[in-house]
Amino acid sequence: MPSTPADDNVWRGNALPLLNEIRHALERLLATGETTVIDLGALPMGAQDEAELLDALGTGEVDATVDAGGPSSVRETAFHGVWRVTHRNEAGETQARFIEIAFVPELLMSQREDVTDSSNALSKRLGVEQNIRK
Amino acid sequence: MAIDGPTIAEVLRQQGISRRGFLKFCATTASLMALPPSMVPAIAAALENARRPSVIWLSFQECTGCTESLTRSHSPSIEALILEQISLDYHHTLQAASGTAAEAARKAAMQENAGKYLLVVDGSIPLGNAGFSTIAGISNLDMLKETAAGAAAVIAVGTCAAYGGIPAAQPNPTGAVPVSAIIKDKPVLNVPGCPPIPVVITGVLAHFLTFGSLPELDALGRPKTFYGETIHDRCYRRPFYDQGKFAETFDDEGARKGWCLFKLGCKGPVTYNACATTKWNQGVSFPIQSGHGCIGCSEPGFWDAGPFYKALSMPIGPAKAAVGAAVVAGLAAGSAVALRNRSAKKSAQAAHQKVTVADLEKSK
Amino acid sequence: MSALELLTWARGTGLSLALVIFVFGILLRLFEIFSLGRKADLSRARDTSPGSGWRTIVRRSLPPPGLFKRSPVTYIGGYVFHIGFAITLLFFVPHIELVRGLTGLSWPGLPMQVVDIAAVAAILALFVVLASRLTNPVKRFLSGAQDYFAWLLTLLPLLTGYLAFHHVIVDYTLMLALHILSVELLLVALPFTKLFHTVSVFVSRWYNGDIFGRKGVAS
Ligand code: SF4
Repeated sequence: MPSTPADDNVWRGNALPLLNEIRHALERLLATGETTVIDLGALPMGAQDEAELLDALGTGEVDATVDAGGPSSVRETAFHGVWRVTHRNEAGETQARFIEIAFVPELLMSQREDVTDSSNALSKRLGVEQNIRK
Repeated sequence: MAIDGPTIAEVLRQQGISRRGFLKFCATTASLMALPPSMVPAIAAALENARRPSVIWLSFQECTGCTESLTRSHSPSIEALILEQISLDYHHTLQAASGTAAEAARKAAMQENAGKYLLVVDGSIPLGNAGFSTIAGISNLDMLKETAAGAAAVIAVGTCAAYGGIPAAQPNPTGAVPVSAIIKDKPVLNVPGCPPIPVVITGVLAHFLTFGSLPELDALGRPKTFYGETIHDRCYRRPFYDQGKFAETFDDEGARKGWCLFKLGCKGPVTYNACATTKWNQGVSFPIQSGHGCIGCSEPGFWDAGPFYKALSMPIGPAKAAVGAAVVAGLAAGSAVALRNRSAKKSAQAAHQKVTVADLEKSK
Repeated sequence: MSALELLTWARGTGLSLALVIFVFGILLRLFEIFSLGRKADLSRARDTSPGSGWRTIVRRSLPPPGLFKRSPVTYIGGYVFHIGFAITLLFFVPHIELVRGLTGLSWPGLPMQVVDIAAVAAILALFVVLASRLTNPVKRFLSGAQDYFAWLLTLLPLLTGYLAFHHVIVDYTLMLALHILSVELLLVALPFTKLFHTVSVFVSRWYNGDIFGRKGVAS
């Protein structure tokens, strides 16, 4: 038996406001370029609410895994610009779940500090003078 | 408020964690602290400069459930990461040292970080016989006072440390009191729950770690971010409450359909905690989601607040017996009044004198 | 004393005490009234009017012809208050649970939204009838301190219940405790004030109807 028995004919309705929030965030993204991050852990949702939400969002074109302190998955939903970001630890346990409304989620972008490190590392490997540090 | 040494960002970097990994750490920390995702840049900036705080953890009259909650949560985890970032200098359940060496470690940590360390306490403190609970021959009261003196702040973890808890239940044989009843000159932050949600414990530590200060508290000394709303306010079964759909027993149709548990004694409406959103076991579930009402374990006095399985609006005193007694008394008093009325009437009748026309004529 | 402790007292000792006084008071008053009795009526009944008492119960609950138009506030306000109050009292699920806890009896409740509307209507009606009591010279002349006291005692449970349900002003736990305490105040005062009409209203209407029937003005 599932831990949360669901009533088939009752719309719990906890997912609907969230979908509207996402709609507003998309409008904002188009108008000003501002990204929005929604923490799913901060919202009251039962198992069925979540299922409804994920069902409504569907799956889109991009499916990426970021391996940084455990595998995080970045999944575009059927709505372009609406991403599901799930952070997991090394043991694969979920730590935080977000909905990110952005052209590219922050997590996918290489970070300046890391790029600097890499640039240095590559230079070192090739025996070239390091000139970018800091 | 922190000891010298590398900053947390530097420590993570030394551990080979990339900036991307650091940002992930910041995002999960924000979620952990129940802060909005828009706070991530601020958290990142703060962690750049934060240094590892020293923590001393004292356990008094407790069941170790709070420590279990924290350490058994899941590992390696964000909690583990947070714990790695603090310097847990004394915790008599977790530390390897024992006896004199352990006490020496506590003293050393207190001296080295005087005025800066964080004191975490679980368990209540007996004010009755000092012998009720001692560590290394030192009474709980003395150890708390001594250790709190040089602390930057005190965190009371669990309902016992926060409000007295089960040891303080009637008739409170040990005279158990919470930390806040003893420590008056330091900020005391309460993280109640029996046990508290592990991520709430670490969330508070993370806040201290990140910002070097305690989060905003409510009137009962609890961080507002986690205890700002009732379970009922954030409960996913709330629509059923509003529609008047309730489970009547634990195995009826309503229970299977996931209806509201109010009638089964749910204390969600009067309980301030984060279970409904943060949940337990990596966000898998919480009692109400598993089909059991909230027992209100994070509220002061929950241990003496009536049966767990009686609806919040049900009477909990000897109401029925009292009403029975009242019926008897009412009947008795009522009969007495009736008898008095009767005799008053009878004597009025007896005193009644008939007046005839002749009498009236006479008196003229 | 924390809010939860106050609530625990209100649900426990407080409620027991209030119920004791309430039940004792009601029984005492009933005995007092019924044991008074009436003088035997030696005259022959003017007409045989079976059911006059019962019909009066109904008729006195409806406005007599013409009066509804002349004092609509009294009638509409009275109806709205009494019906709203009854719905709130009897069909709010936590209230039914209270009765079930005491007696084992229970019945289905109404959705919270319906009860909410009923409660708001009852509260508004109470304020309307108070305004009319204060502005209408006849009503004001007829009103004593006890009438205003009874009005307040009736308002408090409705108001605190509404505020608790909507989580306004103070937190739910404290408001719920205040709500239960206000009900306990009402229970204690009910047998000894005009609020006793909750128990006696239909008895006295029946009696009036019956006696008038005997005297030749049956309804
Ligand atoms: S299950 Fe408990 S917390 Fe959830 S809606 Fe019902 S009474 Fe409120």
